[in-house]
Amino acid sequence: MSVAVRSQSDERLAKPGLWDRLVVRPEIGALLGALAVFVFFSVVAGQFLSPLGVANWLDDASTLGIMAVAVAMLMIGGEFDLSAGVMTASTALVTAIFATQVGLNVWFSLLLSLVFALGVGAINGWLVMRTGLPSFIVTLGTFLALQGLNLGVTRLITGTVQVSGMRSADGYESAGMLFASTVDIGGTDFQVSIVWWVLFAAVAAWVLVRTRFGNWTFAVGGSALSSRAVGVPVVRTKITLFMTTAFAAWIVGSINILRNASVQANQGIGLEFQYIIAAVIGGCLLTGGFGSAVGAAIGALIFGMARQGIVYAQWNSDWFMLFLGVMLLAAVLVNNTFRRRAERVRR
Amino acid sequence: MIEVRDIGKTYGSVIALADVSTVVNPGEVTCVLGDNGAGKSTLIKILAGVHQHDKGQFLIDGDEVRFASPREALDSGIATVYQDLAVVPLMSVWRNFHLGSEPTVGWGPLRRLDRKKGRETTRTALAEMGIDLRDVEQPVGTLSGGERQCVAIARAVHFGAKVLILDEPTAALGVKQAGVVLRYVAQARDRGLGVVLITHNPHHAYPVGDRFLLLKRGRSLGSYEKGDITIEELTRQMAGGAELEALEHELRAVQK
Ligand SMILES: Nc1ncnc2c1ncn2[C@@H]1O[C@H](COP(=O)(O)OP(=O)(O)OP(=O)(O)O)[C@@H](O)[C@H]1O
Ligand SMILES: [Mg+2]
Repeated sequence: MSVAVRSQSDERLAKPGLWDRLVVRPEIGALLGALAVFVFFSVVAGQFLSPLGVANWLDDASTLGIMAVAVAMLMIGGEFDLSAGVMTASTALVTAIFATQVGLNVWFSLLLSLVFALGVGAINGWLVMRTGLPSFIVTLGTFLALQGLNLGVTRLITGTVQVSGMRSADGYESAGMLFASTVDIGGTDFQVSIVWWVLFAAVAAWVLVRTRFGNWTFAVGGSALSSRAVGVPVVRTKITLFMTTAFAAWIVGSINILRNASVQANQGIGLEFQYIIAAVIGGCLLTGGFGSAVGAAIGALIFGMARQGIVYAQWNSDWFMLFLGVMLLAAVLVNNTFRRRAERVRR
Repeated sequence: MIEVRDIGKTYGSVIALADVSTVVNPGEVTCVLGDNGAGKSTLIKILAGVHQHDKGQFLIDGDEVRFASPREALDSGIATVYQDLAVVPLMSVWRNFHLGSEPTVGWGPLRRLDRKKGRETTRTALAEMGIDLRDVEQPVGTLSGGERQCVAIARAVHFGAKVLILDEPTAALGVKQAGVVLRYVAQARDRGLGVVLITHNPHHAYPVGDRFLLLKRGRSLGSYEKGDITIEELTRQMAGGAELEALEHELRAVQK
């Protein structure tokens, strides 16, 4: 009854061409889109390709990209986090309040806001798993709650809606080295956040396709019930994904507070949709179980290039929203057809 | 090895299972037979840790147990093929095969999937079942129903250490593959595993079974040892006895 294990090829399997192999990758659409946007703005806006221009749009893409990668992992795991945008402000506020109002060392304040972020992420995940409600509605709740807390607590403590004065806090310089320094390349300053973005995307991509946790992420997003039945720890996986998103928000919040030395209590609102858009442009399915971290990083790159490109082309920034809408629709359509091919869908 | 005593389960107000008792011994096959909705899947889901019983006792090697999750059942050596197969359609065949028990290499934070080993074991396990897949990298959603079933069965056989539970494993299979699955059941039994086999087909159940548990509307119609029942009697019981004779009569009347 045993059949000789066939070596490599099979007569029923047409040898996949390069195109066929590329087309099943979720990030291919985003890559083509990024190329098109890059060429377009290189042609219409002279400044776009200057070192300063490049540094600018890379910087714009970097903080968005860190979040988009985390949000993409969460979406592959089948969940959304609408509180991700305000979380970037909350973490910055916690750090700033402990450093300027309580007078703690900046490093210690960062540690406390990290604990805070992971706590909020865990609560998000626990609530979603415990109630069985869609994460969309649960995190909409945390989004509103955090928005209120950000404003309320800030006003209570400082009497205004911003926290400033970070520069005089202990450890500001050394913490700034890690999160907000610049690297001089050929006379142009590049923000270190770009390095964090690339690093975060690389680690996330590796985790997703090469580790057990990555395997579980795709599985719980593809079918949570089946995953549980074969022994995948669904609850633990999903809560970890929510905590990863919160962790990314902590990185971005820390970058913001150490770069600007002050933070507005109403920052970050609305950004959560940009993260989701970047992840979708990068090839994530809204239904979970499919997507790519590298794709999300490229999605953020498209964002950064377009947002700064429009400035360099001296157009009104109103056009950015139009561009965004068209880009999103195109991405969803492309994803859909590419995924069909990837699945070679049977019906 | 496994014993259930007067076990019962309700979903809200639906009584899916009540007062069912049976045993699964090493080296024996316990067959569960019954109509659609009789509670067969409910029974095995309790054994597999997907659901918990709310009445009666569930014993393993004489100790009372209650699995909180399928992971715990797997860790006690109970592997299951579910009727809905429990596969993730968008994931590749080999990733599905190893899902929940992935082979890894490396250590600490660098611990990663052993992809080569994963692909190899999947290909050999499937080839042994007579399923020769084109490509273990293809998504499970693109396989035919029977191929998908074979992936699920091969997975359970591969990871089942002590008890193997099969919920209608032959439902979507061709004659050859159904034969292979039954031979697997016999092999597993001869290796000393306890097997629970659910099927609608008495001709599949009778040759391999040692014990037959008949369910109807969540209740036990009786548990028979092989020596106590013939295949004709089994078929008659399953079909509801007299009802079948009446049906045969009707059909004959229609044909005329
Ligand atoms: N999750 C659930 N919630 C509510 N009722 C359920 C649930 N699962 C099963 N039931 C009910 O319990 C009863 C037994 O279902 P079960 O799936 O065990 O039947 P079965 O014997 O496996 O049937 P089949 O031969 O069709 O697979 C059915 O009446 C079904 O409607
Ligand atoms: Mg069933």
